[in-house]
Amino acid sequence: MIELSGLTKRYGEKVAVNNLTCAVRPGIVTGFLGPNGAGKSTTMRMMLGLDRPTAGDVRIDGQHYDRLKDPLRYIGALLDAKAMHGGRSAFNHLLCLAQSNGIPKRRVHEVLDTVGLTSVAKKKAKGFSLGMGQRLGIAGALLGDPRILMFDEPVNGLDPEGIHWIRNLMKSLAAQGRTVFVSSHLMSEMALTADHLIVIGQGRLLADTSMADFIAQNSRSYVRIRTPQRERLLDVLHGAGVLVVESGSGVLEVDGDKSEHIGELAAQHQIVLHELSPQRASLEEAFMQLTAESVEYHAHTDTPPGPLEQFERPGPQPGPQWGDDWTRS
Amino acid sequence: MSTPQHPSPQAAPAWQGAPGPAYAAAGPAYTSPIPIVRTHLGHAIASEWTKIRSVRSTMWTLGVFVLLVIGIGLLAGAVVAANATEGDLAGDTALSFGFFGLLLGSMCVITLGVLTTASEYGTGMIRTTMVACPSRGRVLAAKAVVFFAVAFVVTLVSSGFVAMVDVGMLGDARQPTGSEWLKATFGVSLYIALLGLISLAVGSIIRHSAGAITIMIGVLLAPLVIAIFMFSSSLEDLRQALFEYSIPNQLSVFYSSSLSDSGPSGWDPLWIALGVTAVVLGGAFALLEKRDV
Repeated sequence: MIELSGLTKRYGEKVAVNNLTCAVRPGIVTGFLGPNGAGKSTTMRMMLGLDRPTAGDVRIDGQHYDRLKDPLRYIGALLDAKAMHGGRSAFNHLLCLAQSNGIPKRRVHEVLDTVGLTSVAKKKAKGFSLGMGQRLGIAGALLGDPRILMFDEPVNGLDPEGIHWIRNLMKSLAAQGRTVFVSSHLMSEMALTADHLIVIGQGRLLADTSMADFIAQNSRSYVRIRTPQRERLLDVLHGAGVLVVESGSGVLEVDGDKSEHIGELAAQHQIVLHELSPQRASLEEAFMQLTAESVEYHAHTDTPPGPLEQFERPGPQPGPQWGDDWTRS
Repeated sequence: MSTPQHPSPQAAPAWQGAPGPAYAAAGPAYTSPIPIVRTHLGHAIASEWTKIRSVRSTMWTLGVFVLLVIGIGLLAGAVVAANATEGDLAGDTALSFGFFGLLLGSMCVITLGVLTTASEYGTGMIRTTMVACPSRGRVLAAKAVVFFAVAFVVTLVSSGFVAMVDVGMLGDARQPTGSEWLKATFGVSLYIALLGLISLAVGSIIRHSAGAITIMIGVLLAPLVIAIFMFSSSLEDLRQALFEYSIPNQLSVFYSSSLSDSGPSGWDPLWIALGVTAVVLGGAFALLEKRDV
C-alpha cells in the first residue's frame, strides 16, 4: 500500500506535481498514466525518497521511505534501465545491492535466473542491449522479494517478446498479492495490464478509477454503415427514429449497439449494405481527451482537430483498433 | 463490461518457478520467505567494498599509483646510490626519496576518490544506490570508510616498501630514527588517504567526475605554481604562505625535508588535512541530505 497525500513538488516557479492525493492498493496492477512531462517520474522519485517533496507526504505501508531499514524488502523499483555502472558485471551490480540490504547472495543467482540473464551474469552491463538492461533493472527490483513493485515505463524500447514478458510478470506479481505500480504514457499498454488507473496531467490528478469503469465511461460504441443507397437508408432510419451522423467518404454512423436493428430495417426495405459493423472509439482517444488540456508539449499539426471533432468523425479506419479483441468478449 | 482479456499466459517464463513454494501460500498481502534483516553501516560497507573492487577504474588508478610510487621511489634511490660520493648524504635519510613518486601518485588517489562518488552520478547508479539505502549519510559514510581504508593500505604498503629498499640501498645515508620511519610511512599514508577523502567529498558535492578531478588537481598544484611566478615583492607574504601551505610542500614535511624553514612542521600537515577533510566532508553530508538525488 502506497499512500500519497497532498504531494507537491516545485522546481522554482514550475509545479511538477500539484497536490496529488491517491493510494496504490495491494493485489492489483495500478497503472500510472499521463502524457510526457506530466510528473510521473517526479512522483515516483518522491515515493522512493530520491526527491524531497515541497509539500505533502508519501507513506509506504504507513512509513516514510527513508525510515525503511531494508527498503528493498518493501519496494523493488525499476526507475530507468541505465541506472547502473556500465563497467560492473550484472552479478556484481546485483550483489552490491543485495549486500546493502542484507539479502543473501543466493538470491542474486535466483533473480538472474528469473529474468534470464544467468548466462551473461559475468558480463559488463554496458555491453547489454536495452532489453537486457531492462531485465537487469527488473532483477534488481525483484531482489528483495518485495511486497511493492514500481516500474517506470518498463516497456519503453522493448521488443514484442520483452513487452509480453513484462506484462505477464506484472500480472503474476500482482496475483501473488503484491502491490504493482507501473507508469506509462501509453493507454493501450495500460489497457492490457492494469486493473486500476491513476491518470495525471501537469502534475494534477485527473482520474483515479478502476480500468473497467474507465472503459465503461469512455469507450463509445457506434455502428458504421456504408451503402450505395444512402438517401433511402437515411429516410428509413429517420422514419424509425434512429439518429444518424454522416461522417466523411459516404460513411454513416449510428450511436450505440444497434447493428441488428439497422440490418433488419435495411432488409425490410431491400436496401443494399456494403458495410454494417459495430465499432468502438479507442481508449487512446478517451485518454487524449482527458489529458488534452494538460499536455505540456504540444506538437502542432496544420489543422489541429479539436477533441470533440475527433469523436464525431473518426475518419477512415484502416484496420481493427487496439482493444477490439477484449471489448468483444 | 469486464476487465480487458489478456493474452493467455502460455509458456510460463522461468521466473514463475524461481522463488520456491512459499509463493503458493501467499495470502491477500504478499509475505516473502526471505528472512528480514535490520541493516546497518556494516551492510553499506560490504556493498561499497563490492562496488569499489568490481570496476576497472579502481585497478587502473591504484595500479598506476603503485607503479609511480615504487618505480620512481626506487629509481631515485638507485640513481643517488650510484652517483653519490662519500658525505653527500650525510645529513639526510634515504626515506626522502619516496617523496617524488608519492607526489605524482597522489593524483591517482585523488582521481579514485572523486570517481568513488561522482561516477555514480555520471552513470545514474546513484539512484539505484539511494533507493537501496535511503539513509544517504550512511551511503557516504560507507564510501568514505571503504575508500579511506583502501587508499591508506595501498599507500602504506607501497611507501613502506620503497622506504625499506631505499634505506637498505643507501647505507651511507644517515639511518632514520623511529619517528622518522613513522612519519615517512604511516604518517604520509594517512595524509595521502585524507587527500583522497577530500576528493571523495568534493566528488559528492560537484557530482561531476571531470569537474571534481580538475578542481582537486588545481588544489594540489596551483598554490605552488602561483607562488613560483609571484614576482612582486609586495606580495611576498602571500607568496610565502602559498608556498609553505601548498600540498607538495606539506607532503615534503613528512620527510623532514621541507622546501622552507618556516611554515608547517612535524605532524602539522596531518592536522591541517584532518581539519580540511572534516569541513569538506561535513559540507558533502549536509548537501547530500538537502539536495534531490
